[in-house]
Amino acid sequence: MSDRTLPLRRRLLMSTAAMLTIGVVAAGCTSNTPEAVNDETSGNQNAASGSNDETGETVTIGFSAPAADHGWMAQITAAAKAEAEKFEDVELVVAEGTNDVSVQISQVETFINDQVDAIVLLPFDGAALTPVALKAMESGIPVINVDREFESPFAARATVLGDNYGMGVSAGTYICEQIGDNKDAVVAEIAGIDSLPLTQDRSQGFADALSDCGLDVDNRVAAEFTVESGERAASNLLQAAPQIDAIWNHDDDQGVGVMAAIENSGRDEFFVVGGAGSRNVMEAIQSGDSLIQATVVYPATQGADGIRLARLVAQDKALTDLVEVEVPRKIVLYAPVVTEENVEQFLPTAFQS
Amino acid sequence: MNSNSTPAQVSDPVGSKETPPQTSPEDNRRDHWALRLLTASSAGRNLGLVLAFGLLCLVGYATAPERFIDVDNFMTILRLASVIGVVSIGMTFVITGGGIDLSVGAILALSSVWATTLATQTLADDTHWIVMVSTALLVGAGCGLVNGLLVAYGKVVPFIATLAMLASARGLAEILSDRRTQIITAQGFADFFRADVVGVPVLVIMFALVAIAGWVLLNRTTFGRRTFAVGGNIEAARLAGINVHRHTVMLYVLVGVCCGIAAIMLMARTTTGSSTHGTLYELDAIAAVVIGGTLLSGGRGTIGGTVLGVLIFTTLSNVFTMNNLSISAQAVAKGVIIVIAVLLQQRFANRSSSP
Repeated sequence: MSDRTLPLRRRLLMSTAAMLTIGVVAAGCTSNTPEAVNDETSGNQNAASGSNDETGETVTIGFSAPAADHGWMAQITAAAKAEAEKFEDVELVVAEGTNDVSVQISQVETFINDQVDAIVLLPFDGAALTPVALKAMESGIPVINVDREFESPFAARATVLGDNYGMGVSAGTYICEQIGDNKDAVVAEIAGIDSLPLTQDRSQGFADALSDCGLDVDNRVAAEFTVESGERAASNLLQAAPQIDAIWNHDDDQGVGVMAAIENSGRDEFFVVGGAGSRNVMEAIQSGDSLIQATVVYPATQGADGIRLARLVAQDKALTDLVEVEVPRKIVLYAPVVTEENVEQFLPTAFQS
Repeated sequence: MNSNSTPAQVSDPVGSKETPPQTSPEDNRRDHWALRLLTASSAGRNLGLVLAFGLLCLVGYATAPERFIDVDNFMTILRLASVIGVVSIGMTFVITGGGIDLSVGAILALSSVWATTLATQTLADDTHWIVMVSTALLVGAGCGLVNGLLVAYGKVVPFIATLAMLASARGLAEILSDRRTQIITAQGFADFFRADVVGVPVLVIMFALVAIAGWVLLNRTTFGRRTFAVGGNIEAARLAGINVHRHTVMLYVLVGVCCGIAAIMLMARTTTGSSTHGTLYELDAIAAVVIGGTLLSGGRGTIGGTVLGVLIFTTLSNVFTMNNLSISAQAVAKGVIIVIAVLLQQRFANRSSSP
């Protein structure tokens, strides 16, 4: 039978295989993708302490975040729990991390039924969790939205966001400072998954900051946030650009592969700036003998910030360092550059990649 | 693929081409001596691929003359091709034998993670890094054995059996590693596998050895002939006295071992073990095998074609990076190349298959 049926079967096989794998990939991306990163704010000496920290009326806070499937996300939940421990007046209820939107919705519904005093929510998908967050707000429970924004401004009392564009700006500005007046300097960029808005934001910020000092991105490659893709992209990049002055790598997870490729090439005429802020990159920065001179942080402590804000809102307190009577509606975190000089401040809250 | 597909796979492709001395325009053309000579050689059978590869190199040369034509760059291409190359050679056997393995990437990830767990690494520290190497090989072989038993004795369709392995092996890899990147601490391991031998990376040498071994195994041994037989017509193979069940198991173990080898190579390349290693390798490997000229329905396979297929894809991404082109453009080109290579392949294959 059939020269005719065979190709059909073959085609079916291929396309099914393709679809299946696309499914797998999509899942893989989402888990690995999101702004992998680091943290800094909480736990350092500058962090909030003042009359607000005095024990007040006990509040119950519900916390829900996606599954801890990569270092940054694991740190989000760990830091949130650690922050809640510090307060005698906070009772934290942590829902099991999940990447299933419907499960996360039901977790929030449970919080509503249990009449918690506030909810801290890092949604797997901001749009999908918006309706249930609205429902919580309508029933009088303040929702603190972390990292991935809801679609409606009515769905959250306060929002804490990282700044992907700002990461690019910080990295670009740092490279400008290091390179100085050399307008011919070759700058290379190793991006993460190119189709994601967060990657586009990071790249845009980087390009904008560089053009501010008369530089541009001479070579750009994209990896997939995995060690292996980082190694592959960097290997090809190093062949494409015989001379480089600076490299910005968006993500410290894929950075392990990037550094393996650089080591293999034996090249050392450039310096590398990382992204996210993993522990091993910070340790490399601290050692001072690595090509990685700096990394820009995407705080993994924003969940912990969410806990603090939720507590304040539930207790009717304000941010004491602001004049305002109420907690602000939106806080966009800064993306600081970690170098040998300030690395010690950031190490305690770095995530393990 | 459902269970009744087997007889169909069998009867076809080789058979239908050999059939008939009817006169067609094709026949007239193939009489040209130059064409006959060309198509008779193995280079001829892979002519479409050789052309595509040559064209790609030409584009590389035209757009980035000094950087592309450079020993270092060729070594980089070969080094990047080596991991997926070893996987694809294993895949060539399974597909030639009438099966398919969707779990190669997941097996690779599991092998790499298992070989780099704290326990294995500590054991390796106390004894020798060979412990890590054997762990990876054993895990690969073990997964392959499970696949093979399911397919041969459990009568599970290869597509489904290996799909299940894809899911569970990667899941197990994630559990073992807690989804963390596991960095290899054994210096001896890195020193050995990341070294160069007279300018050629060890990884490239491993790829070459696997390719040669694969070629010999497929073309010069009983095992190879049985593989063609089982893939071509499983019923006939059984009647001819081949233990087709045992042979099928061996094929899946073979591809599993290849994944183990590839895991070791990827561990060396990235200095890590990770549950994200080998993502999508199943598609890359199947694509390389198929554009290489191996029939997806089994019965015909070529190691040389597979190697060329792998080289084409790796060179493609190198040339695109040289020209600062985006990943998306690369994906489009990859698709176009698959189609063109297969079309050319079919033309040449039709001519050369006549006696």
